[in-house]
Amino acid sequence: MYVAVKGGETAIRNAHKLLAKRRRGDTSVPALTLEQIAEQLSHSVARVMGEGSLYDETLAALAIKQARGDLIEAAFLMRAYRTTLPRFGYSQPVDTARMLVERRISATYKDLPGGQVLGPTFDYSYRLLDFTLAAESDGAELPVETAEMRDEAMPRVTDLLGDEGLMEPDPITDVDAPVGDLTREPLAFPADRDLRLQNLARGDEGFLLALAYSTQRGYGRTHPFAGEIRYGEVEVEFFAEELGFAVTLGTIKVTECQMVNQFKGSSKAAPTFTRGYGLVFGQVERKAMSMAMVDRSMRWQELGEEQSAPAQDIEFVLSHSDNIQATGFVEHLKLPHYVDFQAELDLVRRMRAEWFEKRDQNPDEDAAAQEAAE
Amino acid sequence: MTEASTPDGTSSHTAGAQLERQKIMATLAAAAPDAIAEKFHALQAADYELVRQPETGLVMVRGRMGGTGNPFNLGEVTVTRCVVRLATGETGSSYSLGRNKEKALHTALIDARWQRDEERAQIEQDIITPLAEAHAAAGETVKQETEATKVNFFTMVRGDN
Repeated sequence: MYVAVKGGETAIRNAHKLLAKRRRGDTSVPALTLEQIAEQLSHSVARVMGEGSLYDETLAALAIKQARGDLIEAAFLMRAYRTTLPRFGYSQPVDTARMLVERRISATYKDLPGGQVLGPTFDYSYRLLDFTLAAESDGAELPVETAEMRDEAMPRVTDLLGDEGLMEPDPITDVDAPVGDLTREPLAFPADRDLRLQNLARGDEGFLLALAYSTQRGYGRTHPFAGEIRYGEVEVEFFAEELGFAVTLGTIKVTECQMVNQFKGSSKAAPTFTRGYGLVFGQVERKAMSMAMVDRSMRWQELGEEQSAPAQDIEFVLSHSDNIQATGFVEHLKLPHYVDFQAELDLVRRMRAEWFEKRDQNPDEDAAAQEAAE
Repeated sequence: MTEASTPDGTSSHTAGAQLERQKIMATLAAAAPDAIAEKFHALQAADYELVRQPETGLVMVRGRMGGTGNPFNLGEVTVTRCVVRLATGETGSSYSLGRNKEKALHTALIDARWQRDEERAQIEQDIITPLAEAHAAAGETVKQETEATKVNFFTMVRGDN
């Protein structure tokens, strides 16, 4: 049976007007500016840029404001916006060794060239609410310490291990091989590591965190050490065809995580550490670490490991990591399903009618079954 | 170009000029729109035509697996570009992160005028050098603040008992 769905235009229009009013809230409270969001909610902005897969702080701030702080909704707005813009091309790969480092730590070496710098971090804080932030005094300029920087190189920890031959080298194959792009081709399996890393880089932080955690708890153990986490600015360079040379577009902030994992070796190759890699927009360490752990888990086949856990299941991970797709499918259940449901109703009524009919025809059988059960 | 063009001389001169131009374009791209506007408006106006209107689009940023391996696509950035031609013939271009079309136009015009031998020294002195210095100073501040958070970890060796 066909059940037509029509109408609701006025209700929808009024609901959106009401949303606008509720979004603004009490007008005696000043409205948030995009600068305030970008400056003071930088972790939210970073998450929206990462999962929206579009680096633009002001746009992300706008999306957060419009979405009333719903970060998945904000990432959705970013993804929708990007479809309105032409693609100029691909950048040169960013060089994280040349990062203007604001934070760099290693859990594997206490002394390493360039040293460890904590930078702005929640680590080692007591997680006590700071009520001075609720007071009027917030807004005063806060002094910080400075120290003269020795111009010391900060090589990646994995490169140090590589120099000793203890680390598997980064994969370098055909330089002219095409690089998979999820924004151009839909995801297909088996997915190579380039597609997997792109998928993870824009994947949901919570989903990746849970998967990474599951590997630590034994579901596909990979024995990770945080070899290095670094955060800071990297230059983005783009080869401009019409100019015939590469131009520097500016800098973006990224977090990079190198996870060092247990060994592989064979009769032909001596044992080495293996690695997982995380790279995300902004300061989003939890996700960079999770990404590196899940990247490593999904390399089970290449490293000759057994598959036993969800975090190793490439199709499962990549098909469910995107929160825009996930929320679209889950939330579409709110939309009218009257036609589908009408069919289900008919079906369940028919099934019930048959059931009652059968029972009424054989009342003795029913009683016998009950006795047997007793 | 005023230099005699021998094959070798031409190419090295061109490479040098290109490197210089890459540097000034990078300096301009890194500057804030307000700073560019202020410097631009301090210049005498010059006639030009738009070759390519200021246009905002996307560049897909790439990273490398493990930092040094095969490339992969990380995510996109917004980029605005513009091309202008001066009445005197020089073509200027701009490419920078963000969506500011005014900055794109100003930057392309500064790039074009920097290419004129008559204006280069002035533009370097009034625009490029101060912007580059401000950028370097901001980077230096970050470095110094970061350096103050450098740690020295000590591992405690446990005794035998």
